[in-house]
Amino acid sequence: MNSIYEIIQSWSILERMLVFFLLAPIAGGVLAGIDRKLSARLQGRYGPPVRQPFFDVLKLFQKERILVNKFQNFPIVLFFLFTVFSGALFFSGASLLLAIFSLALAGTFFILGGFSVSSPYSHLGAERELIQMMSYEPMVILVAVGMYQVTGSFKVAEIAQHQAPLILYLPGVFAGFVYILTIKFRKSPFDLSMSHHAHQELVRGITTEFSGPALAIIEVTHWYENVLLLGMVYLFFAFNPWLAIVASLGAYLFEIFIDMNYARFKWQLTFWSSWLFTAVAGVSNIIVLCFLK
Amino acid sequence: MGWFEKSPWLLHYNATSCNGCDIEVIACLTPLYDLERFGIINTGNPKHADILAVTGSVNEKSKQILKNLYDQMPNPKVVVAVGLCAISGCVFQDCYNVQGGVDKVLPVDVYVPGCSARPESIIDGVLQACEILEEKYAQQKKAKQSSPKSQTNQQQGFNHE
Repeated sequence: MNSIYEIIQSWSILERMLVFFLLAPIAGGVLAGIDRKLSARLQGRYGPPVRQPFFDVLKLFQKERILVNKFQNFPIVLFFLFTVFSGALFFSGASLLLAIFSLALAGTFFILGGFSVSSPYSHLGAERELIQMMSYEPMVILVAVGMYQVTGSFKVAEIAQHQAPLILYLPGVFAGFVYILTIKFRKSPFDLSMSHHAHQELVRGITTEFSGPALAIIEVTHWYENVLLLGMVYLFFAFNPWLAIVASLGAYLFEIFIDMNYARFKWQLTFWSSWLFTAVAGVSNIIVLCFLK
Repeated sequence: MGWFEKSPWLLHYNATSCNGCDIEVIACLTPLYDLERFGIINTGNPKHADILAVTGSVNEKSKQILKNLYDQMPNPKVVVAVGLCAISGCVFQDCYNVQGGVDKVLPVDVYVPGCSARPESIIDGVLQACEILEEKYAQQKKAKQSSPKSQTNQQQGFNHE
């Protein structure tokens, strides 16, 4: 595994970004397929094939392009570009903080896309997406702060090669991050703005007015985002790459399990529970670290 | 080649059905029949849908909604009439407010008979609709190649009035 690190280090930043750009949607699509198959098996159904998310996206690209207004797809393209940018920054070993802020900007463009049409369902979805963003954003920044406290660097390349296990220093931050991962993966009980499951949503939430290619781009962006978030889980266990890969996949399976077992929360409960968890697990972990160092 | 056969997304609309056929459509999603194993998702949003499944006869109130839903679906799209009421109006066809079957308002591609239609026949009808979807996509592509400036937005071979 260390030889893989050496190979990656021998590449230039642009090459690393290109590899991420090409491989992340494949990994993200397969993960989405496993998600759908596993969800179906947990519900006692047979489920679609694992390649199904790719079929869906290819089909959506063949559908007719319907625009409500000419600004509608503009924020969605920016949402895609900034998510890919933050993922590429992360996997090329650049600043973790910049990757997180770029991801937040991508989320903002998605919300603007929801507000750019006049459908009340889309507006409701966008408002809920805003609430979700307010719920998870403090915890995502605390992840970067905690990692800086332990390793003394915001650079992903240096955090990944830190010898001491980060998870032992940051158990609270990790627990808080797994909590908000449920929101980021759009899993129940926090799938307020856009659900993967049929008929749980006011029409289709924030994606109501997007059809064909725009919807396909939203789906592919979601794959990129998932790969990036699992990469952040990887960093907590980076002292042992094999353990780290198992832990990232374990976190993903855990989120699917939570998705199947919970009914949706109201937005009030989503908001205060995630802030409470951020305060109790994340902030207290960081205060303790301050006294230890 | 189109990918519509692998991932047809369904929109179900109840135009004055007695709920018999609706229950059977929903039954297709249950673990016993599991429509999702064919990649079919019951979307509930016309802008995401490829197949419009209509149950029940069409009356004066539901006519406009049905047309509206159909117009909002991006091309290519197909309509499946589920149950006898959606095919012809059945026992309700002489009612003063009933127009008749779905084909009085929209171009129906697949008729699924039965009162109420069995889940097996609904799944069969939807899968036949997928093949028609593929054909429509091929035609649309051909038409686009022969005349690139023609509007793909227009309904194919169907006039609303």
